[in-house]
Amino acid sequence: MKPRNQQNSRNPLHGLWSLTNRELKKWYKNPYLLALSIIQPLIWMGLFGRTMDIGAIFTKNPIQIPSIPGVDPSAIAGINAALSNPTFLKNVSDTMMAKTFGTSDYFSFMSVGIVSFVTLFTTMFSGMSIVWDRRLGFLNKALSTPVARGSILMSKVFNAVIRSIIQAAIVLGFAFVLGLQVGADFTPLNLLGVFAAVFLIGMGLSSIFIAIAIRSTRIETQMAVMNLLNLPLLFTSNALMPTSVMPDWLQPITKINPITYATDATRQLVLYPINMQQLLVDFAFLGAFAAIFSTVGILLSWRYLSR
Amino acid sequence: MTETKSGDALVVEGLTRVFNKHLVAVDHVNFQVKEGEIFGFLGPNGAGKTTTINMLITVLRPTEGDAIVCGYNIAKQSSEVRSCIGVVPQEYTADEDLTGWENILLCADLYGIPRDISKKRAEELLELVELTKFKDKQVATFSGGMRRRLELACGLINRPHLFFLDEPTLGLDVQTRTATWNYIKLLKKEYGMTIFLTTHYLEEADVLCDRVAIIDHGKIVTIGTPEALKESLGGDIMTVSIKDGNADISNIIEKVPRVKEVKKQDSTYRIKVEEGEETAPTILDAIRAEGHTVTRLSLTKPTLDEVYLEYTGRSMREEEESKEAAFRQRATMRRARGQGGR
Repeated sequence: MKPRNQQNSRNPLHGLWSLTNRELKKWYKNPYLLALSIIQPLIWMGLFGRTMDIGAIFTKNPIQIPSIPGVDPSAIAGINAALSNPTFLKNVSDTMMAKTFGTSDYFSFMSVGIVSFVTLFTTMFSGMSIVWDRRLGFLNKALSTPVARGSILMSKVFNAVIRSIIQAAIVLGFAFVLGLQVGADFTPLNLLGVFAAVFLIGMGLSSIFIAIAIRSTRIETQMAVMNLLNLPLLFTSNALMPTSVMPDWLQPITKINPITYATDATRQLVLYPINMQQLLVDFAFLGAFAAIFSTVGILLSWRYLSR
Repeated sequence: MTETKSGDALVVEGLTRVFNKHLVAVDHVNFQVKEGEIFGFLGPNGAGKTTTINMLITVLRPTEGDAIVCGYNIAKQSSEVRSCIGVVPQEYTADEDLTGWENILLCADLYGIPRDISKKRAEELLELVELTKFKDKQVATFSGGMRRRLELACGLINRPHLFFLDEPTLGLDVQTRTATWNYIKLLKKEYGMTIFLTTHYLEEADVLCDRVAIIDHGKIVTIGTPEALKESLGGDIMTVSIKDGNADISNIIEKVPRVKEVKKQDSTYRIKVEEGEETAPTILDAIRAEGHTVTRLSLTKPTLDEVYLEYTGRSMREEEESKEAAFRQRATMRRARGQGGR
């Protein structure tokens, strides 16, 4: 028979949006899932952010210094008098907080960090979803069609990225309502920068998680990988605590953790006075991270999606 | 590279797949599928049917060998191959969270078919498989038969030249199975489509296929039309059981005229005879004359079952399947029986 040439003019990206939308539909058509995925970061932000009110250490439980041998009792009495003055305590607290966290309010510091946290947790599931598709046979079905292998992978990436951006917007919206104190340089346009940072970090992270799962057939392995990586990735970043208070051995690790850069970019855009040079470094790092790992993901998909 | 003979939709030469360096799932398989025929791949579980199909639909790389699908090489022109084939996998691959309509359009998009064409085709195909009424329902609510029909429709969305069906009626009830057979026959008759199907239901192969290949342990053991295969058995099959399991009376039976072959399994003898109706009494007489008691007797005209057992043996198979394949098969069976979508 004669080879038949069908649809030669086919767009090389055909199917990419359909595959992405397939995943998104599972989310926005399922109000229960949608609600759960928003509640989780809110719980972190509302409870963790409020309970870990570090500034309150100074103001909520005023201390008195006992007499110390060799120290002038009147000096201690003077300090104790200051320590029982709420205005003084508030001042100490605000100064120390601003020095360490860049803002006097830990909740503001933390709620912006939650944006990275949400992105991390959302992108982790893209690895799971490729394992499910393999198990249910959908992956084989898709592989038997002329859709680009890279599109199969990138649809999962974009699904995670789009979800992350929407969740980030919701989280920031709630944070404003709950008392996030924005910085002097903040304008609503800065939010576009925040979404760009989420886009880049989400793209890199989900590419990594998909690459880990690309040959896997076991859901359990993926869950173990997620459990192994999620909190360490968070703790080795500046999402919850500034790197300046971390031990020396940990600091270099935070410097290679992309979450640090995404969080720093977000904080600069929302909370801090913008340091243009530092912001550019953040975006350069995030851009390289996204480009390198999505390329690695696509290369792996050519070789390893088929068996 | 293999030359395509005109008139062949599929040419397979020396196709081999080895898993984990030593498990030979498909072992130097050769065959051709002619334009417009329904070709059946018949074999026990784990014989290599799905592995073969997965290589032909380009989702699994061959370790060795070549195949030409619709004139394209599966290794070098996999994208062209994918464009001209349709695939209905063994498992239900439709997304349960989407509706039937969304699923079929998703398939169309994977083939890059423009929306104005794909919508028209999707309507036609849903009409063909009688799912128009249910197209806006979530697939999770579909019965096994409905899901199988949806898979058929999805597989046809690109008007494939060669249509691959892997165990198309696995787990279906008799009514749905018959209906599925009718759709398959219709595709051949109305559209002249070439169809490659795997099955381990012999009746299915007999009813549907123009030619069948029997595959076992990764090798094709015989190939031909169902009629030719039945005739190749060279006669009727008589089975006789005797009371004394220790005695071997094969040589007694062999001496009876028109007996062509005797195979002993415990106290049962599987005897190939010509003109069974006349020969059977003679055999009985011969056995009794030696003082043995016949406890059981049957005489069958050759069916594809007999052909199958002739070539693959009677022993049951220990399935050597991957966990993943086993999981999918269980899920398929469960859904086919309509026991919940998730």
